[in-house]
Amino acid sequence: MTPRLSLRGVTRHFGTVTALDGVSLDVAAGEFLALLGGSGSGKSTLLRVVAGFEAADSGSVHLDGADLAGVPPHRRPVNMMFQSYALFPHMNVTANIAYGLKREGRPRAEIAERVAQAIAMLRLEGMESRRPDALSGGQRQRVALARALVKRPRLLLLDEPLGALDANLRERTGFELRAIQRESGAAFVMVTHDQSEALALADRVAVMDRGRLVQLGAPREVYDRPATRFVAEFLGAANVLEGRSTGGGALECPAAACILRPAAPLPEGATAIALRPERIRLGPAIGDNTAAGTVEEAAFRGESSLLLVRLAGGALLRVSHAEEDGAPPERGTPVRVSWDADAVVPLLG
Amino acid sequence: MRFALRLIPGFWLALLVAAPLALVGLMALSWQAEGVPPYAPPWAGAGINPDNLRLLAEDPYYRDALLQSLAVAGATAALCLLLAVPMGIAIARAGRWREVLLATVLLPFWTGFLIRIGAWIGLLRDEGWINSLLRALGWTDQPLPLLYTDGAMLLGMVHAYLPFAVLPVFAAATRLDPLLEQAAEDLGATPRRAFLSITLPQLLPSLAAAFLLVFIPAAGEYVIPELLGPPDATLVGRVLFQEFFQSRDWPVASALAVALLALLIGPIILFQRLGRAA
Amino acid sequence: MWAGIGFLWLPVILLVGYAFSADPVPFHWGGFSLRWFAALAANERLLEAAWLSLRVAAGSATLAMLLGGATGWVLARHGPFAGRALLGGLAGAPLVLPEVVTGLSLLLFFVTLEGATGWPAGRGALTVLLAHATLGTAYAAVVIQSRLASRDRDLEEAAQDLGASPATAFVTITLPLMAPALAAGWLLAFTLSLDDVVLASFTSGPAGTTLPVALFSMLRLGMTPEVNALATLLLLAAGLALALLGLLLRRRA
Repeated sequence: MTPRLSLRGVTRHFGTVTALDGVSLDVAAGEFLALLGGSGSGKSTLLRVVAGFEAADSGSVHLDGADLAGVPPHRRPVNMMFQSYALFPHMNVTANIAYGLKREGRPRAEIAERVAQAIAMLRLEGMESRRPDALSGGQRQRVALARALVKRPRLLLLDEPLGALDANLRERTGFELRAIQRESGAAFVMVTHDQSEALALADRVAVMDRGRLVQLGAPREVYDRPATRFVAEFLGAANVLEGRSTGGGALECPAAACILRPAAPLPEGATAIALRPERIRLGPAIGDNTAAGTVEEAAFRGESSLLLVRLAGGALLRVSHAEEDGAPPERGTPVRVSWDADAVVPLLG
Repeated sequence: MRFALRLIPGFWLALLVAAPLALVGLMALSWQAEGVPPYAPPWAGAGINPDNLRLLAEDPYYRDALLQSLAVAGATAALCLLLAVPMGIAIARAGRWREVLLATVLLPFWTGFLIRIGAWIGLLRDEGWINSLLRALGWTDQPLPLLYTDGAMLLGMVHAYLPFAVLPVFAAATRLDPLLEQAAEDLGATPRRAFLSITLPQLLPSLAAAFLLVFIPAAGEYVIPELLGPPDATLVGRVLFQEFFQSRDWPVASALAVALLALLIGPIILFQRLGRAA
Repeated sequence: MWAGIGFLWLPVILLVGYAFSADPVPFHWGGFSLRWFAALAANERLLEAAWLSLRVAAGSATLAMLLGGATGWVLARHGPFAGRALLGGLAGAPLVLPEVVTGLSLLLFFVTLEGATGWPAGRGALTVLLAHATLGTAYAAVVIQSRLASRDRDLEEAAQDLGASPATAFVTITLPLMAPALAAGWLLAFTLSLDDVVLASFTSGPAGTTLPVALFSMLRLGMTPEVNALATLLLLAAGLALALLGLLLRRRA
């Protein structure tokens, strides 16, 4: 089956800066993909290349098998929701939503009907004649979404769709976004710098770093099996421990004063592993993945506490201690930490 | 299409800004001649005329006109700044009255400066409002000579240019973080010290911009010295008018324009730097 | 601050007040009278100058709005291109050049052009209009460029993303959003033209005496109550125009 969106080797330079470096990825019809990365990772540039506002220096962009090279933005069956929302300040909500349909030259009755549907779908009833500056942040976000969705795009691009919202509105709007994506059946590509947003909403997450696609996979897979040190640290702030291969499929780590044994033998050339804070247990050792240390700091975080444990070899380990396991040890307490073999994730680069 | 759009303003500006300025430079090197127009360009046989520019440097009449213009412009700008700093800051901090107050300051700009100069003439004349008032109060029996003095000229200049100085100060003052002064006071500074050591340094670039915004046009001012100043206030704008309209010596008038520009080019460049930084 | 505002306004307020005085000595109260307004209405030379000024101001402001709009647009939206710095410098030059220099340069230009091509034939309303349009263009360009330099780029892209061609995006989005800046640029150029003595003195012939030039020569001879009345009318006109503009802008917003 032809993917909805297909990128091959997309590269874009701005002067001496390489914003995109050979990015290739496919998005299936009806899929929700998150492009996750920090500022300068190239995720927004990638979105603008697909929308047609930037041309790739090399590489190709195909939509349902059709090459988009040279197609100007207004002829692409792709719509974008801008980070600033870019609502037209001199038009009311209805006129904003109808704008794209008018450009298609749709009959008046059809425009009215589809705008009404969009307004109902995004719960904007009663706001029809308001101007953007008379709307709340959440309402503006929904108008921007309605304006893009009403065109029934085959692919919707969202640039930090929740970025401008208050924290308490973000979670609810995120669920709504997911529901609307299922309902509309369009493929969504969302740019975000917020890892929890990406993990919660997307079918697949594409992690970008300095213009490159460093890992692509389902949220759980990317979280549990980070491929590189960057992904491990960017998503969920994993502990990264370095060492040298023992030759027997394990990693000898002097800083942790222990030998780290992954579930599968350590691949050739790997010199570091990731260990998630919530996969580390306190208490008597189970198995041979274990180390000794002292609690240096303890921070209460509601459902858990974060402990900083100084290991005998000098490494500082972030350990998440669940509340249901009782009160965490106090500062200065000597502890033993241990973990399952499958929590040890070898990192390549 | 994009290129054509660039050509329109480019053509217009080349024709009505660049070409005329080039002509002034050319004229400054030409000979005065009988006829219409009353000059002979360098290629008319007589060659380049270096005397016009030399005259400005050597004849104290022209030299003093240039220097006096700079002095008057400097005094005007300094006085404007003295008024504009407290006004700009006060308006920026006036809360919900801010817009109204700003409009009140800027509105006279829209009412035409000739009218305002006219009002000053009416106030300052021997038979004017101020002298009548002074006589009615019995403070003087002879009318004080107010009009056609350096003081009247400065007063008119400050009045005409004050809004130009208030605007940049106001704009910079609105961008100030009011918490900074509070932080300084929290750290032990008196309000006066907090203003001098925290607020003023942040306003400095805009104060310089405000000064130059007044100084540059004031240096070539013609109308106000003509209407309010003493007859012997030989400022460069007036001398240029005289040379051009009365002596019909276009080359010397052009040389004066060139000299004025040469003196102002430094301030103009500085002003544009400040504008870009802000 | 209040002293500053008083300093700015007091002369103007007194001027308006005494315009209604019957006394032939200006700024002397001789009882309420409209006689100076009547005298003004009978002064044909002034009325002619006023009519000329209005036409010149309207024409030059319109030209300035269009050219300043194009200049501001090019400077704000065309990114870096060859000659951009030169264009920006030339557009800004009339803002910083002393009026006497601009006036002199334009006169020399008109005279030279006439010598070379026979056009413009002599100096008059047309040359004053062109001179004012040159100054007005510079001001209008600044107003429009700063308006365009702000975030509206996103809006144009959004329009194109929704299917508008660049031309349609310009007409439906950019132009309506630019309208207040265009209006402000027009008004600024109009006011500058109505207030200018120096450029008009240089570029007008005997047939092109504008109101400010006429007012200037009257003021040179001293103040008369007629000038008070004229100034009052001009203030009234400026006030009305500003109120109208404010109303227009408020309705838009």
